[in-house]
Amino acid sequence: MATIAVSQPQLRQPSKLTLMLRYLRRNKSMVFGLLILLFLVGFTVIGLLTVDTKDAYPLSVRGKQEPSLKYPLGTDFFGRDMLAAMVVGMWQTALIGVLAGGLGTLIGVVLGFISAYFGGILDALIKGICQILTPIPAFLIQVVLAGSLDKRSVTIYTMAFVVVLLAWMAPTLVIRSQVLSMKERQFVSVAKLSGVGDLGIIFGEILPNLLPFIVAAFVGQVFVAVFGSFYLSVLGLGPLREPLMGNLIWAAQGQSAFFNGWWWWPIWPSLAMVLILSSLALINMGMDEIANPRVRRSE
Amino acid sequence: MAPLLDVQNVTKIYSRGVLSKSSTTALNNVSLHLEQDKPTIMTVAGESGSGKTTLAMLLLGFIAPTSGQIFYKGQDISRLRGDDRMTFRREVQAVFQDPFAVFNPFYTVDHLLSVPIAKFKLAKSKADAHDRMVEALTAVGLRPEDVLGRFPHQLSGGQRQRINVARALVLKPKLLIADEPVSMVDASLRASILETLRGLHDNHGVSIMYITHDLTTAYHIAKSIIVLYRGSVMEAGDVDKVIKNPEHPYTKLLIDSIPWPDLSRRWGETEIKVRETEGTATGAGCKFAPRCPFVMEKCQSAPPLFQLDKHQATACYLHESKPQINADRLSELLPV
Amino acid sequence: MNPVLHIKNLQVSYYTDSGRATALDNVSLSLNAGEKLGLVGESGSGKSTMALAMMRMIKQPGRIEGGQVFVDDEDLLELSDEEMLKARLSRIAYIPQGAMNSLNPVMRIGAQMIDAIKAHEPKAAKADMEERCKQTLESVDLKRSVFKMYAHELSGGMKQRVCIAISILLKPKVIIADEPTSALDVVTQRQVMETIDRVQKQIGAAVILIGHDMGLMAQFVDKVAVMYAGRLSEVSSVRQMFTEPKHPYATALINSLPSLDNKGVFQGIPGLAPSLLRLPSGCTFHPRCSRVMDVCKTVRPDPMKLSSGQIVACHLYAEGA
Repeated sequence: MATIAVSQPQLRQPSKLTLMLRYLRRNKSMVFGLLILLFLVGFTVIGLLTVDTKDAYPLSVRGKQEPSLKYPLGTDFFGRDMLAAMVVGMWQTALIGVLAGGLGTLIGVVLGFISAYFGGILDALIKGICQILTPIPAFLIQVVLAGSLDKRSVTIYTMAFVVVLLAWMAPTLVIRSQVLSMKERQFVSVAKLSGVGDLGIIFGEILPNLLPFIVAAFVGQVFVAVFGSFYLSVLGLGPLREPLMGNLIWAAQGQSAFFNGWWWWPIWPSLAMVLILSSLALINMGMDEIANPRVRRSE
Repeated sequence: MAPLLDVQNVTKIYSRGVLSKSSTTALNNVSLHLEQDKPTIMTVAGESGSGKTTLAMLLLGFIAPTSGQIFYKGQDISRLRGDDRMTFRREVQAVFQDPFAVFNPFYTVDHLLSVPIAKFKLAKSKADAHDRMVEALTAVGLRPEDVLGRFPHQLSGGQRQRINVARALVLKPKLLIADEPVSMVDASLRASILETLRGLHDNHGVSIMYITHDLTTAYHIAKSIIVLYRGSVMEAGDVDKVIKNPEHPYTKLLIDSIPWPDLSRRWGETEIKVRETEGTATGAGCKFAPRCPFVMEKCQSAPPLFQLDKHQATACYLHESKPQINADRLSELLPV
Repeated sequence: MNPVLHIKNLQVSYYTDSGRATALDNVSLSLNAGEKLGLVGESGSGKSTMALAMMRMIKQPGRIEGGQVFVDDEDLLELSDEEMLKARLSRIAYIPQGAMNSLNPVMRIGAQMIDAIKAHEPKAAKADMEERCKQTLESVDLKRSVFKMYAHELSGGMKQRVCIAISILLKPKVIIADEPTSALDVVTQRQVMETIDRVQKQIGAAVILIGHDMGLMAQFVDKVAVMYAGRLSEVSSVRQMFTEPKHPYATALINSLPSLDNKGVFQGIPGLAPSLLRLPSGCTFHPRCSRVMDVCKTVRPDPMKLSSGQIVACHLYAEGA
């Protein structure tokens, strides 16, 4: 019978940090996206700790002030300290993004799994609903919904809900197709042979391999949520009191801010929005490389 | 004592589409049985499309037959529940062809061994489990410290397949379905893997069903052989007899085409007499008829098994002078 | 007679995250026109790398670091990129593993064949090219009607023969077939190999068959070269390889083959092939060699020619050993 020969000396594996840095060097979009995100998060966190959040609401400070030492970002027509407004607005945007994004992803994962793993009528039903709802112009429905809500009951949470309503189909279909292919893989058969039951297979064998897809879906959902909340509030359909970026821009439009020379009022929210969406888009692109092996460029 | 495995007239038909009537018969009326007290190594030989993988899936309980039944220790496997089902799971195992596909890429290779040990309660403690893993890995010629804790992509194909076999060692099933266990492994490693499998039979009384298209390895490891073509049994019997004196035209073609690593047995000596038609055999005739150089009018209806010898039978009208034997008595021809 | 293919001191390494892997270490080989060479070795022995290096298809992080590949006295490694493009298929052709799966599924077979000719002879007449393609199809035992078919209409064996046809369209001097039959069943495998044999005789090319199935080698090639861990262990005629192999690794390989005479006897090779990142010192095979000597651990054996005509890289055969 085969005897064992001298073992190989342990290969010098480069440290995890080196591998990660080398990977980041290849995936530039991810790097830029993360940097911008880091900056925004830092701004928000430090802001929340240092700024008086009450000043983000109308009639708190003297209005129509240019940026100065006292009010680094100026104040608006309604007496909002723009700095405070930006900080609170960012925080709320993040909340909507994570809530709506998280909810959308959760629904996607649960429905996608059920649909793919158990098949049959359930699958046909879920798949059918997704396929019917997807072509519906979400924008239209969201506008109608948000517009028909009583102004006072529109909070950031209802905003999140409205956005999720028509965004959950994409992650569901993605997760479903991944699970469909994964459950045919031989390691699932072997797990069955090893006595693992259905639940064990779902959570122990398939789910861990889906993590990259789930994270990618989450980032995508956050993007959709933030973007959705933005355009709804730009139309004046958001929670008007809150200093969401879109609200600020809508209010500035309504008061003809540029014509009146209050340039700083719409500029900061616009800039912020561009940064937020760019960072999410870049991270999304970067994630595509991780989640989709065919796009992956090997060194 | 009830037979270990009793396959009774099993047929598996895949129908395509809801509207179309076209269907493929993956397996046609196959019967065989294995005894509990006489472990043996049987080969099911055939090329792709022969139905051998379908047979493996049926025996493992992954798919259900269209007609016919499969009994494990006297119980219909489609009706097993609870503890009985767990016992069936533990005692019927497999070694698959692709050394990489059986590993879950998220986990280290330990996962492949630790999960069944835990599920089937094969160890009394974590330390005991670890010992068993080490023992099995060593028995297949690996150094445990080189392999444990590594991810599948960090190991070579040969190492991975050896771990697969180690898994079978740890589980010590009663029936092991080995589906092309060495075809994706380097020639130099095949010998030791086959050796380990044979050891399982010799030392631990495991019955092995060795599924392959490679008759050279089959010849060395098995005692009996069933040759399948497009789902039907073409020839069956003692492996020595069938490989050295094939009687069915298909078996003859197979044996002639094997690249023997032997300079005295060259291809050039026998010409491949085969008609190359792109059509498939439809209907009830002999499945090999479209390619058979000896095809006759009567081959339009499927030939029954004719017994040539105590341990050899073939389904071919060329031998119709011999006594017929019913398909479900196939196992009587197979020596153990 | 000048060999049609002459590889001298070929050196290829891969620079990976974990270090430098020596895929081919100073390998030299030659082949005459009309000869068939079998290149055998385990996975990782360097045989596919050799084929890629000859075709100059090594991609990053791999690099050809030295050596020469002469086809008809012209060093392919010295050619410009453009000249090499011309040389591929017209002077040296490569049938990769799984070639049949790389046929374009949305183009007819004929269109793909014409593409191959047009790339080298842009001014050729359409009718001429079509006729040449159809004749080539016939020479690999396929019907002329295959010219108009799509890949999915053909069986595995037929697709592989299409790949062979494409490789001989421009009558190259050297054909490299990398495991051309690994996905085929045994009957089709024989048909394909006999086809390669026939066309090779027709155009007088030299063939390198890469694989690890010694049985296939016994049936098909004239010479066998055994590779181990990026180095050449032995080159012998097929008869010598099977009756009196010299290198201990080659001997072990031959002994591990199942044959009809010694039923039930299995002789594996103990141990594992080394990682190319950490090759053993001296002879790369010494940790697994049953006849290892002290010198084997420190001094690398160079290939030398024996009186029998065989080439071996082993200290057992050094003068005065």
